[in-house]
Amino acid sequence: MTTTALVMMGVSIVTVWGGLAVSVAYLVSHSPSRRSATT
Amino acid sequence: MSIKNSPVRGDASAGRGREQWTGQYGFILAAIGSAVGLGNIWRFPGVAYSNGGGAFLIPYLVALLTAGIPILLLDYSLGHRFRGSAPTVFRRLGKGFEALGWLQVVISFVITTYYAVILAWAVRYLFFSVTEAWGDDTRAFFVGEFLQVDAPGINAEIVPGIFWPLIGLWVVAGIIMALGISGGLERVNKVFMPLLIVIFLTLVIRALFLPGAVDGLNAFFTPNWQALADPQVWIAAYSQIFFSLSVAFGIMLTYSSYLRRRSNLVPTALVTGFANSSFEILAGFGVFATLGFLAFQQNVGVGELTGITGPILSFVTFPAVISMMPGGPVFGVIFFASLVIAGFTSLISLLQVISAALQEKFGVNRRLSAGITCGLTGVLSVGLYSTTNGLNALDVVDKFINEIGIVVSAILMTLLVSYVVKKLPELRAHVNYYSTLSIGAWWQAVIAILVPVVLSVILVATIYSLITEGYDPKSYSTSFVYQFGWGMLMLVAITTFILTAAPWKTNVDDFDPVDFHEDGASSGVTTKQGA
Repeated sequence: MTTTALVMMGVSIVTVWGGLAVSVAYLVSHSPSRRSATT
Repeated sequence: MSIKNSPVRGDASAGRGREQWTGQYGFILAAIGSAVGLGNIWRFPGVAYSNGGGAFLIPYLVALLTAGIPILLLDYSLGHRFRGSAPTVFRRLGKGFEALGWLQVVISFVITTYYAVILAWAVRYLFFSVTEAWGDDTRAFFVGEFLQVDAPGINAEIVPGIFWPLIGLWVVAGIIMALGISGGLERVNKVFMPLLIVIFLTLVIRALFLPGAVDGLNAFFTPNWQALADPQVWIAAYSQIFFSLSVAFGIMLTYSSYLRRRSNLVPTALVTGFANSSFEILAGFGVFATLGFLAFQQNVGVGELTGITGPILSFVTFPAVISMMPGGPVFGVIFFASLVIAGFTSLISLLQVISAALQEKFGVNRRLSAGITCGLTGVLSVGLYSTTNGLNALDVVDKFINEIGIVVSAILMTLLVSYVVKKLPELRAHVNYYSTLSIGAWWQAVIAILVPVVLSVILVATIYSLITEGYDPKSYSTSFVYQFGWGMLMLVAITTFILTAAPWKTNVDDFDPVDFHEDGASSGVTTKQGA
C-alpha cells in the first residue's frame, strides 16, 4: 500500500472507530442508573 | 384535561401507558440495527471510492458531525418529547402539521414494499451460495434465470422463486411486529446485531487475506485531494450520511418515543452515528479487499472493475468472486447472511413507523396493527416486485422515493420546527435536561440553516437532472418513469392527504409535554423559552 493510503486508513480507523469507542465509553460511564445512584 | 385522567384507548395518546424499550442499550441496538442496512454494505464503499477515495473521509466526517448527528438528535428530541409516531408528534406540534407525519409514514411504507424484496433475493442467494448455483455468468443468472426480468412495463408475471421467500419473510416480520417493542423488535436486535458484527468481521478478516486484497484497500484509501474542491463530492458525502442514518422519515422519531424519560439522548445519538459509520468503514475494508482479489484474478486494475455498488455488487460481482475463491460457499453464506441480518433489522424499523401510526390514529391494538401493516405492505410488495418487472419498478421507485420523497420530508421537517412552530429552543432544552452532554446553540443553527440549505441543493440538483436528462433513459422509457417515479410520488401525496383527513380514534390531543416530562425538564424548558 502507498504511504498516503496507509495514513488515510489509519485516520479513518482512529476517527470513526475511535469516535465510537469514546462515545460508548462516555455513555457507559454516564448511564441513567449511575446518574440516579449519585443524585 | 390532564393526561393522568384521560381515557387512553390503545396505547396511543399515550404518554404513560406507552410501550418502552427495556433499557437504553436495547434502544441503541435497535437504532443501530435500523441505521445499518443494505446501503452500508453496498453503497458506501462505492460512493467513497468514486468520490476521492481516502480524501472522501473528510467531507464524510464533516457531514456526520454537521448534519447526520444533528438531524438524528432532532428526530430523537421530537419522539422523546412528544411521545408518539410521526403523525402524532407533528399533530402535537400543531394540528395543521399532521400531514408531514403521514408523509413520513407513507414514504416508509413504499420503501418497505421493495426493501423486503431485496431481502428475499438475499435469502435465496444465501442458499445459492452453498452450491454456487449461479454458474459462470452471474449477471445472466441474476437478471435472466433468477429475476426473469422482462422489458419495463405494467404487465408482469409472478416469479415463484421470489414470491414464496417473500411470503415467508412477511410472516416472520409480522410475528416480530406483533410481539411488540421489547418482546419483538428489541429481542431481535439484541440477537441479530452482535451476530452481524461477528459474522461480518469474519468476512472482512477472510477478505483481507485474499491475494490482491492490499491492492483493493490501496485503491479504496488512496486520497484524491483534488476531489475536495468538487462540490459534487461534498453533496455525495452529505447524501451518504443522510440516507444511511435512517433519519427524517419517522424511524428514529418513532423509536425514540419508546425511550424511558430518563434517557441520555446526546451520547446515545453519538453512539448510533459513529456505530453506523464504523460499520460503513468496515464494509469498505471487506468490499474493496474482495474487489482487489477479483482484479487480481482477472489481471486488471481495481479501477477497471465495474459493478462495484448497489444490487449488482451484491448479486452479480460478489457471486463471481465467491466462485473464484477457495472456500467460496462459506464466504458466500456469510456475506448473504450479513445482508439478510442488516436488512431485516432495518425492515422491522420501517414497519414500526407504519404500525405505530396505525395504532395511534385508528385505536387498533398492536397485533391487529402488525397484521394490517405486514398484510398491506406484503400484498403490494408481492404484487409489484416479485414479478418479471420487479427489478425495473424497484429501481425507479427507489430513486424517486429516496432522493425526492425523503429529502422533501427532511426539508419540511427542519423548516417547520425551525421557523413555523419555532420549537428548536424547547427541543434543545429538552435534550440538554435529559443528557449528560449538552448541545449548544450551534445545533439550532445547523438544523435551521445548514441542513435545509444542503438538502435543498441536493433536491434541486436531483429534480433538475431528472427533468432535463430523465432517469436512465437507456433502460427506461419516459412513460415508465412517469408511472413508477413521478406517479409514485403523486400517489404518496394523495395517500398522505387521505390518511390525514381520516378521523382520530384516540385522544391524540390530550397530551402536554409539560405534564408528561419531569418537572425539571418542563420548567427548565419554560424558563429558557421565556428567557
